[in-house]
Amino acid sequence: MLRYVGTRLWQSVLTLVLASLVVFIGVRQLPGDPALAMAGEEATPEQLAAVRSSLGLDKSLPEQYLAFLGRMFRGDFGNSTRTGTPVTDLIATTLPVTLWLAAYAIVVAIIVGIAFGVIAERFRGRWPEWLTNAFALIGLSVPNFWLGILAILYLAVTLGLFPASGYVDVSREPVRGLYYLTLPAIILGTSLAAVIMRQTRASMIETMSTDYVRTANAKGLGAGRVLFRYGLRNSLIVVVTIVGLQLGGLISGAVVTERIFALPGFGKLTLDAVFTRDYPVIQAVVLIITLSYIVINLAVDVLYSVINPRIRVGGNN
Amino acid sequence: MQQDADITVTATNGSDRRRSNPAGRSGHGDAGDPLLQVRNLEVRFGDGDPVLHQVSFDLQRGERVAIVGQSGSGKSTTIGAILRLLPGNGRISGGSILLGGKDLATASDGEMRGIRGKKIGLVPQDPMSNLNPSMKVGAQIADALAANGMRNRSAIRKRAVELLTEAGIPDAGRRYGQYPHEFSGGMRQRVLIAIALAGSPDLLIADEPTSALDVTVQRQILNHLQTLVDAHGTSLLFITHDLGLAADRTDRIIVMAEGRIVEVGTPRQILLDPQEEYTRRLVAAAPSAVAALDTDPGRVLEPAAVTATAGPEDILVVRNLVKEFALRGQRGGTVKAVNDVSFAVQRGTTTAVVGESGSGKTTVARIILGLEQATGGEALIDGRSITGSNGAQRRMLRRKVQPVFQDPYGSLDPTYSIERLIDEPLRIFKVGNRASRQQRVAQLLDAVALPRTVAQRRPNELSGGQRQRVAIARALALEPELLICDEAVSALDVLVQDQILELLADLQQRLGLTYLFITHDLAVVRQIATNVVVMKSGSVVEAGSVDKVFLAPDADYTKELLGAIPGAAFAR
Repeated sequence: MLRYVGTRLWQSVLTLVLASLVVFIGVRQLPGDPALAMAGEEATPEQLAAVRSSLGLDKSLPEQYLAFLGRMFRGDFGNSTRTGTPVTDLIATTLPVTLWLAAYAIVVAIIVGIAFGVIAERFRGRWPEWLTNAFALIGLSVPNFWLGILAILYLAVTLGLFPASGYVDVSREPVRGLYYLTLPAIILGTSLAAVIMRQTRASMIETMSTDYVRTANAKGLGAGRVLFRYGLRNSLIVVVTIVGLQLGGLISGAVVTERIFALPGFGKLTLDAVFTRDYPVIQAVVLIITLSYIVINLAVDVLYSVINPRIRVGGNN
Repeated sequence: MQQDADITVTATNGSDRRRSNPAGRSGHGDAGDPLLQVRNLEVRFGDGDPVLHQVSFDLQRGERVAIVGQSGSGKSTTIGAILRLLPGNGRISGGSILLGGKDLATASDGEMRGIRGKKIGLVPQDPMSNLNPSMKVGAQIADALAANGMRNRSAIRKRAVELLTEAGIPDAGRRYGQYPHEFSGGMRQRVLIAIALAGSPDLLIADEPTSALDVTVQRQILNHLQTLVDAHGTSLLFITHDLGLAADRTDRIIVMAEGRIVEVGTPRQILLDPQEEYTRRLVAAAPSAVAALDTDPGRVLEPAAVTATAGPEDILVVRNLVKEFALRGQRGGTVKAVNDVSFAVQRGTTTAVVGESGSGKTTVARIILGLEQATGGEALIDGRSITGSNGAQRRMLRRKVQPVFQDPYGSLDPTYSIERLIDEPLRIFKVGNRASRQQRVAQLLDAVALPRTVAQRRPNELSGGQRQRVAIARALALEPELLICDEAVSALDVLVQDQILELLADLQQRLGLTYLFITHDLAVVRQIATNVVVMKSGSVVEAGSVDKVFLAPDADYTKELLGAIPGAAFAR
């Protein structure tokens, strides 16, 4: 198991370096000049050159890349070309917002998705299944921003159930913080919930017609026990894999959701950086998103082996 | 009117036969009410036509009854109805199932939950798929005990370990905490027996409990099951497709076909004096019964086929074959799947390689086919090895040897038409043109006795037997000299199996083919082979002519295998 994790970590570092190269080149292909953005439209060529030199943009691309790589491994992503603040500070203030939002959305999506999936399987061909199917269809096909606007209009403005926008630090004021995040989390989690629901339903239909479920029924077990210990537990193996694949999408989904609810998160930071050609920030943001994909995948693999004893490494020797 | 007639037939037949049966064994309630009374049972799926017609039978306390039939005969549907666990939209549309006076056909789900596991235990068919893969084995037995009203956790655990021990699982205390994938097939079946007996049921339904297991394991498990059933005075309803097995293990046999009871009688009556035409065919086709009853090797092919071709020359020579596989997780650790195996196959004859799972027989076949590289030794076809040659010679050798695999469902691409499946080898070897290939496919379909019209159909529209005919036609497409049949009839019902064996024998005589028949089924060997190679744990235990090996086996293992053939008790 340790060796396996070791291999995986080594692969992760490699992935990160590759991602850094891709993003480094990609960013520099963007139209627009950060030095011009910083120095202003009226800057003289000399002023522009001075700004370039201070940013290290006058060096050759390979030199710039190596310097960037070296600083990256020391945890230094440079300063924002827009505000001059260290990129690490920017990330430290915005990342927690997004992580809270994403975590909340995942929890909501898992609870709603699995519950609806089980309901859909149990009530096949009757109205609860149609209802959950309609939910899944809406969740998958209606874009987040539209759902978000509708939610703000009706749930926040008209009914006044939730605040329409704003953020309260969850680590300081958990209850109020989560209350402010509820609506964004629901909106962000909707499409994930729809995917989980469909997967759970399909997986449950298969599991509930297996031989071991029939055998469990033949033991005279109660319906609930058969459903959860025999049906759902085995269905989750597939669900976990799908959820893992979908989680990465949450971060990009967060960009849109944060924009709608005016949350001071990672997504907002990303958008602002892209609009102002803030190279250091864009680079850091993309690398962190890559890192989050890697961490999520590792976590899913570990979780997978917990749920499915057959793939547990070195199980019984 | 038709249905009325059926009732009379089954009822008379049943009671006639029953009278001649020494009711019950050892005096268990021969006078009292039967434990289970099934009357005019009818089952439908959705609004379709009934799949069970007027099924009626009784089961006395302590009695052992077998229901025998092929797939689709309704035997599994019958027990599904008794347990009220019919698959999909199956429902009981008529009749009654009385268990101790209670009608299960009309019982509520809650009432059924009180009956399943407690009054009726089920030993299901496939040990591989009937245990929850994500739950420890002990917990799955504990579940059954808890459903039975046991509450004390340590008492449950103690009882579960007892049940495991009783079912013949060594070191049950440790095994309790293991997952199903850490158990062999036989061990899993023992766990399932422990689960079925957890609630001390009055009736045990065993649904083909050993059809997925090797014969020697099968015998151990059935012996054990019988001991347990006898000790608890439990009634047994034994579902099987194997007439020999039913005869060995039960007091009474119910023969079913197409959802109806065809005939009821004692094993002796059914095997030696079958009344109905269908039963007669079943008895004649049952390989185990045949093997036991038929001392005249009339069906074994005459060596005449040998002289018809090039003379007694060896087409296949296997010499000191060794195959090692690396063990996972252990550096440098290997397991010898094939250990110094040597034998030769004469042109135009049939040689059977017999062994249980893990004996290495399939690995030998794969090496001969060039699908696997030998670690040592050689497998020569006409003096040349597939893996040892290259280019044109290798292609030429591949044309000479063709495989027919076990599973006719898995070995045919479901998206191909039958024509495309059969002419695929011709296309690969660029034989002829479109028109000539089409003609060849028609010829091949004729050869395997399939109508030419199936050419445009897809595998899923054909039955298992028809698919195996397609697989044989495909194997014959390139006019090979040697066919390697790896368990080619094991997945088929007896009557179909009999037809396919017949077809193979016929093709051999007409085309002078040589067969290497890989099988676990000794009865089939007796039916078709001239020579036999018995393998165990990668080595050849015994080899020789079928007559010699069957009538005067040398090795203890061969004797054990022969003794385990069900139905042997009825040899005279």
